[in-house]
Amino acid sequence: MSVATNWSIEGKNHEKNFKSIIFLGVLWLSLFVAFLFLIILLVTTAMNGWGRYDMRLFTSYNNTTPADAGARAAILGSLFVVSVTALMAIPVGIAAAVYLEEFADRSKWYNKVIELNIQNLAAVPAILYGMLTLGILTILGLKNKNVVIGGSLALALLILPVVILTTREALRAVPQEIRDGSLALGATEVQTVTKQTLPAAIPGIATGTILAVSRAIGEAAPLLLLGALVFITYDPNGLLAGFTTMPIQIFSWTSAAQEEFKQVAAATSMLLLAILLSMNGVAIFIRNKFAKRW
Amino acid sequence: MTSESQGLSRGMHLGGSTRGEIVQPIMELRNLNVYYGDFHAVRDISLDVGANQITAFIGPSGCGKSTVLRCLNRTNDLVPSARVTGGIDYRGHDLYGPSVDPIEVRRRVGMVFQKPNPFPKSIFDNIAYGPRVTGMKLNKSETEDLVEHALSKAGLWSEVKDKLDQSGFALSGGQQQRLCIARAIATSPDILLMDEPCASLDPIATSLIEDLMLELVNDYTVVIVTHNMQQAARVSDRTAFFSAKIDDAGQRFGHLVEMDQTSKIFTNPSDSRTEDYISGRFG
Repeated sequence: MSVATNWSIEGKNHEKNFKSIIFLGVLWLSLFVAFLFLIILLVTTAMNGWGRYDMRLFTSYNNTTPADAGARAAILGSLFVVSVTALMAIPVGIAAAVYLEEFADRSKWYNKVIELNIQNLAAVPAILYGMLTLGILTILGLKNKNVVIGGSLALALLILPVVILTTREALRAVPQEIRDGSLALGATEVQTVTKQTLPAAIPGIATGTILAVSRAIGEAAPLLLLGALVFITYDPNGLLAGFTTMPIQIFSWTSAAQEEFKQVAAATSMLLLAILLSMNGVAIFIRNKFAKRW
Repeated sequence: MTSESQGLSRGMHLGGSTRGEIVQPIMELRNLNVYYGDFHAVRDISLDVGANQITAFIGPSGCGKSTVLRCLNRTNDLVPSARVTGGIDYRGHDLYGPSVDPIEVRRRVGMVFQKPNPFPKSIFDNIAYGPRVTGMKLNKSETEDLVEHALSKAGLWSEVKDKLDQSGFALSGGQQQRLCIARAIATSPDILLMDEPCASLDPIATSLIEDLMLELVNDYTVVIVTHNMQQAARVSDRTAFFSAKIDDAGQRFGHLVEMDQTSKIFTNPSDSRTEDYISGRFG
């Protein structure tokens, strides 16, 4: 044999060459920068609110004296407004998604227009929903625009496209075989949707919907436009009651002159963060717990 | 009679000549054509399906056998662009007649799919679903009886009777497919369509399903699409051989080459193309 064959498998690891290491290093650095700012933000906010993590935050209304000011009206306002938002946006959003995903004839031009619009709506700046709601409330003849139902309407319009898109995503993840099996047994299309497709998609819908609602909780811009930046010292007690929410209250305190108000603002921010994190936690829990194996 | 002896006794008829002769047709296809949009996919199919017989559709991929099968319970209607001409006569009714409700057709003509597709529900609810949606008014004990009956018919009862509340997905592939068969039986259909029901199963699960078919044909009419020619030879009374052709415009379409008693198709087919296919010379 004259041709020498080298069967050696020893050598320098190809994964450890210079380019790979630089590439990995850049990835890690990006991650580190993103994470660093998040940590700095969290820690400074938490420190700024020091001394205000007590029951005053929950029991007291806003006050001109920082030491007596609390976020009770804002907390209750946020919960009330977001509950009404969810009641408006979720049923409509799910129904719209079911129509688009299960019944709409996608070759029809009007369904294509609707599809395209919903995708675009999800990217529309929040403030525009505030302007739209302002217009609607004006047409309805409401003098005081800062009412719970107005704020909820603005936020419901804001999250509706997100609810529709995530619900469609969840419905699309249900295998076609399940629909086929149901229809082949002589079930109607409506039965197939209500008894098979929709129940199978509920974990996905719940996850997407909770994330959408948590977005609504943190939103301030459309509510500012409705005039929610007001001094409220009572619990929101009806759909037509005035209200404020946590993001707006934080905004108002942060721009106040006294340094002590910034302390309350920071404490309220931490509370808002805790609410958001626990909502997202619930969403992740539902996703993992009910994740379907098809 | 166990399913095995049942299979043997039916198999023994193969030597005789009566097996596979149509005593009473339950479905008669007359010049059936299927279009998807402008595409004329299946052309001029005429054949009879005999009552209480197993009819097998065989042929190469893309020959239209699954399409024809799906016409028999009008699930092809669910494809938006699908259109059918010609007729299917089912017990004296035109299956595609203007006053026919496709939902009603599917309640009489059940279907089992290539991939086992249990619902993401308990084994019990998988079976009880059909009777519930088709409006059979059953109380709790009647439902329980029906679930037991259907699972027993599908030869699955002894394996699952202690875990009826477990998910249908907890079963093995072969068990899932028998669950799907039980599910189809639960609505007491007249005809059972099976679209390559063993394509995703191992040989042992396949043989169980084949035994089951031979058992079921006492009560039902079975039409099966299969790529496995031994399977067609083993279980069916009559076999239809489909093939694909290319027309003058370059369109590929499916058509029926011939249909006859299974024993004749596999030993002495009339058409040389059938013989070529069966002996493995093409397809």
